[in-house]
Amino acid sequence: MSARTLDKSMMSRQDTSDIVFRRILAVFPISILILVAGIFFQLVSSCLPSLHKFGLGFLFSRVWDPVAENFGALPFIFGTCVTSLVALLLAVPVGVGTAIYLAEYAPPKVSKAISILVDLLAAIPSVIYGLWGIFVLVPYMRTTVQPFLGKYLGFLPFFQGPNYGVSFLSASIILAIIIVPFIISVSREVILAVPSVYKESAYALGTTRWEAVYDIVLSYGRVGILGAVVLALGRAIGETMAVTMIIGNNAVITPSLFSPGYTLASVLANEFAEATTDIYLSSLIEIGLVLFLVSIIVNILARILIWSVTKGPVQVIK
Amino acid sequence: MVCHQGAGTGDQMKGIIHTAFERTRLRRAIWDRVMAFILTLCALLILFILLNILTHLFVQGFSSLNWDFFTQLPKPVGEKGGGMVNAIAGTFTLLGLAVCVGVPIGLGAGVYLSEYADQHFAQVVRFVADVMNGIPSIVYGIFAYIVCVLPMKSFSALSGGFALGIMMVPMITRTSEQFVRMVPSQLREAGLALGVPKWRVTVDIVIPSALAGITTGIMVALARVAGETAPLLFTAFGNHYWQRSLTQPIAALPLQVFTYAIAPFNDWHRQAWAGAIVLILMVLMINGWAQFYVMSRNRWSSGK
Repeated sequence: MSARTLDKSMMSRQDTSDIVFRRILAVFPISILILVAGIFFQLVSSCLPSLHKFGLGFLFSRVWDPVAENFGALPFIFGTCVTSLVALLLAVPVGVGTAIYLAEYAPPKVSKAISILVDLLAAIPSVIYGLWGIFVLVPYMRTTVQPFLGKYLGFLPFFQGPNYGVSFLSASIILAIIIVPFIISVSREVILAVPSVYKESAYALGTTRWEAVYDIVLSYGRVGILGAVVLALGRAIGETMAVTMIIGNNAVITPSLFSPGYTLASVLANEFAEATTDIYLSSLIEIGLVLFLVSIIVNILARILIWSVTKGPVQVIK
Repeated sequence: MVCHQGAGTGDQMKGIIHTAFERTRLRRAIWDRVMAFILTLCALLILFILLNILTHLFVQGFSSLNWDFFTQLPKPVGEKGGGMVNAIAGTFTLLGLAVCVGVPIGLGAGVYLSEYADQHFAQVVRFVADVMNGIPSIVYGIFAYIVCVLPMKSFSALSGGFALGIMMVPMITRTSEQFVRMVPSQLREAGLALGVPKWRVTVDIVIPSALAGITTGIMVALARVAGETAPLLFTAFGNHYWQRSLTQPIAALPLQVFTYAIAPFNDWHRQAWAGAIVLILMVLMINGWAQFYVMSRNRWSSGK
C-alpha cells in the first residue's frame, strides 16, 4: 500500500511539472499555425481598400496607373505565368534527366560530387543569380541567343519583336537555373525511393537500362516527380530578385518572349517602398495576397504529391 | 508473316525469328545508348552553367575585392572607391535578430512535435510548416512591413530581422524535430526509469544529445536567409551610413549588391561583384561549417 501511495504522490508531482512544461512548449507549434493565419489576415485586412474599390476586376484589368489611382494586376499575372511556365519547360527535362543520371547511371562517386555541386547551386542567393544575369546572361541573349532564335524561329509570334536582352525569355532562363536544383534533388529522392526489387525484376526479364528506367522507375515515381515539378513551380512564382533585375519591368501583355515584362513579385520589389497613397499600397498588398494564395495552393498540391510517394514527410528543402 | 511461309523449314523460320529478334535488340540497344548519352548531356549542361556562374563570380569578385571594401563606408554617387563595411555589419546584425526570433519558436515547436504532440496534430503542424517554407520571401517582407514598419512608422533593423526570423521558423522546426527524434529511446527510458520527470529528461538529456543536429539545422536555415534580399527591401531598407539604433534603417549585403548592380555606374558594378563574392563565401562558410559540425559531432545519425 505504502509503495503505491509513494508512487501516486510522485506521479502527481511529475504530472504537474510535466503538464506545465508541455503547455509552455505547445505555444510554439501553435504559434506557427497562428503565424500563417496571421499573415493571411494581415494581408487581407490591409488590402481591403483595394478589394472594395476594384473588386474581382483587379485581377482582370490591364491598367496600372498610380497617378490616376487605377490599378489592375493582369499584366503582372500574365508575366508570372509566362516566365514560370517557360522556366518549367526548360528546367523539367534537364532537371529530371540529371536526376535520372545521378540516381541510375552515374558511378557513385561522380553522383555524389555532382549532387554536392547541385546543392551548391541551390545555395546561391537569388540576388547573385540576378547579378550574373545582368552582366553575363543579358548581353549574351542580346548578341547571340535572341538574334539566332529570331532568325530561325522568327515565324513564330514568340520570337518576334524588339531585342533588348532584358526580356521574358531571359527571366525565364534565370528562373529555370534557379529552380533546376530543386527539381534535381527532389526527383532524385523520389527515384531512389523506388524499390530496387522492381528494377531488378525488369533487368531479369532482359530489359535495357533505359527501358527499366522509363517503364519501371519513371512510372513508379511519376507522381513524386510531378510533386517536384509543382514545388519548383511554387519557387518560380515567388522568385523575386533575379527576375526583377533582368525582366525589364514593363507591364505589357504580348506573345513575344523578347519583350521586356513584369511579374507579380517584381512589381512588389520595385514599387512597394515608393507607394505613396493608401490605395496604391493596398493594391500592392493585394498583389502580395495573390502571390501568397497561389503559392499556398501550389505548395499544398506539391506536398500531397510528394508525401504520397515517399509515404510521409521528407526533408526536401536543402 | 513468318507463319505463312509454308515452304520454309523449321531452321529457316528460326533464322527469320532470330534476325527479327536481333534487329529489335539492336534497336533497343541503340535507343538505350542514345538515352544514356542524352541524360549525361543533361548533367553536363547543369555542370556547365554552375561553373560558368562560379567562374564569373570568383574572377570578377576577387579582382574587385580590396581592403577598402571591408573598411570603408559607401562613397556618394560619382565618387570612386568606398566599401561596404556597414552592409557587412548590417547583415550580421540582421542575422542575429533573426536568430532571436526564429530559433526559440522553431526549436520549441520541433521539440514539442517530437516529444509531446499526438500524431494528428504533429502532422498538421508539419504540413503547415512545409507550406510556410514555400511562401515567397517577398510576402514575408510585406507581412513584416504591415506588423512592424507601419506601427513604428519607420523602416528598421528590427523589422528586417523579424522578417528573416519568421522565414527561419519552418526550416528550424523541421530539422530540429528530425534530430530530436533520432535520439535513441533508451536514453529517455533510462532517465525516466531513474524517476526523472519527463520534462527534465527532455531538457537535460534529449536536447543536449541532439544539439549537434539542431545547431546544424539552425546554421543551414541561417545560410538560406543570409542571402535573402526581397524581404529586406521594405523592412531593413538599406542605409549608406552606420545605423545608430535598431529602430533605424540598416544596410545589408544582399541589398547593397542589388542596389549597386542595377545602378548605371561602373565602379558600383565592380563593388556589386565584390559584395557578391563576400556574400557567397559567407553563405558557403555557414553551410560548410554546418556540414562539418554534423559530421564530427552527430553520434546518432552515423549509426554508432
